[in-house]
Amino acid sequence: MSTPHPALFEALLRLGDDRLVLGHRTSEWCGHAPILEEDIALANLALDLIGQANLLLEYAGAVEGAGRDQDALAYFREAIEFRNALMCELPKGDYAVTIARHFLHGVFSVLQWDALSSSTDATIAGIAAKALKESRYHVRHAGEWMIRLGDGTDESHRRAQDAVNLLWPFTGELFMPCSDDAELAAAGVTADVSSFEAKWRETIDDVMLRATLTVPEGAWMQRGGREGRHTEHLGHMLAEMQIVARSHPGAQW
Amino acid sequence: MNPTPTVAEDPSRLAEFEARIAADGTIEPKDWMPARYRSQLIRMMSQHAHSEVVGMLPEGNWITRAPSLRRKMILLAKVQDEGGHGLYIYCGTETLGVDRQELVQQLLDGKAKYSSIFNYPTLSWADMGAIGWLVDGAAIVNQTMLAKASYGPYARAMVRICKEENFHKRQGYEIMATLANGTPAQKAMAQESLNRWWWPSLMMFGPHDKDSSNSDELMRWGIKRKSNDELRQRFINLTIAQVKAINLTVPDPDLRYNEATGDWETGPIDWDEFWRVVKGNGPCNKERLAARRAAHAGGAWVREAALAHAEKQQ
Repeated sequence: MSTPHPALFEALLRLGDDRLVLGHRTSEWCGHAPILEEDIALANLALDLIGQANLLLEYAGAVEGAGRDQDALAYFREAIEFRNALMCELPKGDYAVTIARHFLHGVFSVLQWDALSSSTDATIAGIAAKALKESRYHVRHAGEWMIRLGDGTDESHRRAQDAVNLLWPFTGELFMPCSDDAELAAAGVTADVSSFEAKWRETIDDVMLRATLTVPEGAWMQRGGREGRHTEHLGHMLAEMQIVARSHPGAQW
Repeated sequence: MNPTPTVAEDPSRLAEFEARIAADGTIEPKDWMPARYRSQLIRMMSQHAHSEVVGMLPEGNWITRAPSLRRKMILLAKVQDEGGHGLYIYCGTETLGVDRQELVQQLLDGKAKYSSIFNYPTLSWADMGAIGWLVDGAAIVNQTMLAKASYGPYARAMVRICKEENFHKRQGYEIMATLANGTPAQKAMAQESLNRWWWPSLMMFGPHDKDSSNSDELMRWGIKRKSNDELRQRFINLTIAQVKAINLTVPDPDLRYNEATGDWETGPIDWDEFWRVVKGNGPCNKERLAARRAAHAGGAWVREAALAHAEKQQ
């Protein structure tokens, strides 16, 4: 990328920050999961997501052309400069919240990576092709657990339904296009997120039905993350994530 | 833990078993083995599995604060490996006729031991370096020996695990070397961490041979092939060269090189501290166990749901 491209930079931050923040939340489970197999699975999920973020933010830094690498973007931005969807930054909650979030966001991710794997930008297409494989596994894992939890015991059903109810108002933001994205989407560099909603809903409805869970209707959809207006949770998350790096500015690790 | 069996073994079978081990034969799950061999293996293997699982906690403590994305990914992969090792060794232990649930319950009840090193706190980022380098480094010395253990499933597990532990050790040493060559604050962080982890890592090999109650039997049956002191000395010799290469120092004014033996000899190890931590009074014993118990209790409804759902499918 020879000339700075602000709209593409923003689009890459939206992609990368979702994965960085959700990956961070997932990594908080490490050593504390309900069974050892899930400790391993969640660490793997977190690793995939942070790996995706690493590539996306590296490219974002190159596109920005201001000399920032992925670590400068991850560790030295303030919360208001993050572009992740609000859903990703909510506290990890119980296991049902963690699973429901991976499911709701994961199905969106599969659609997004599938579309972006034919991006006219070769770097994005390459990252998307790799991420698509990972996200398909994430959805399989989370989808199976949605059904186990929804159609398990009374308690797990209640917790799974509570988790969906909590997260549902944050799903709308995933499909809200940003004004600076229209030109890039038209050129086939990015993909119009609003085009994913119908298919997303189809998959969600199918799994929710099998999980004996109810899709909430008529919820007010929260938004703000894509413009840097976050929940109060992100600042605390970043305070923890960034503390070591910011305590030693300029240091190599 | 499993009580020491009092039954006398059939002398001819025992003789055959010991001859097989003396000839470097491998014992497999379906082979006859003395009850005491079985119980010693269950003890060692389950302690090893518990150590992997509890060992996820001190490093897990820094995943969310890792100072670069690359380091965060490496640390996540490492802690994930440890979970995998735990699972693998629990499965290996099940070949001896115990189930994992029973072993996990012993850990949660405070009846089973795990490596005492994980009862020390991780206080700085440099501890991620020190643990990978020293703790995993010490584990490799021990496990390379265990890869030749007489019990086949354990030996094979160790071969596979050692490969991953080598990667863990390298990443730990790389963290320390980077810090030691970094800013003055980073170098101080590395030295302070080495000061805290040096002696506990030497204690990982267990008491001196003369004070080690299980060692004779474990050696005779080929479960262990080298003594605690031999392994510890090997680790010290390997590590001192690495310490010097990155211009750090070990916190031992008595350290000296013995020209005649080619060994680095350390000052006295504080065995009072060792036994204090083994007996439950280390800085983090209670926290580590509390974290495992909380995860287990907090996850009960998830495990119940999985079981209930599986039953509905039948």
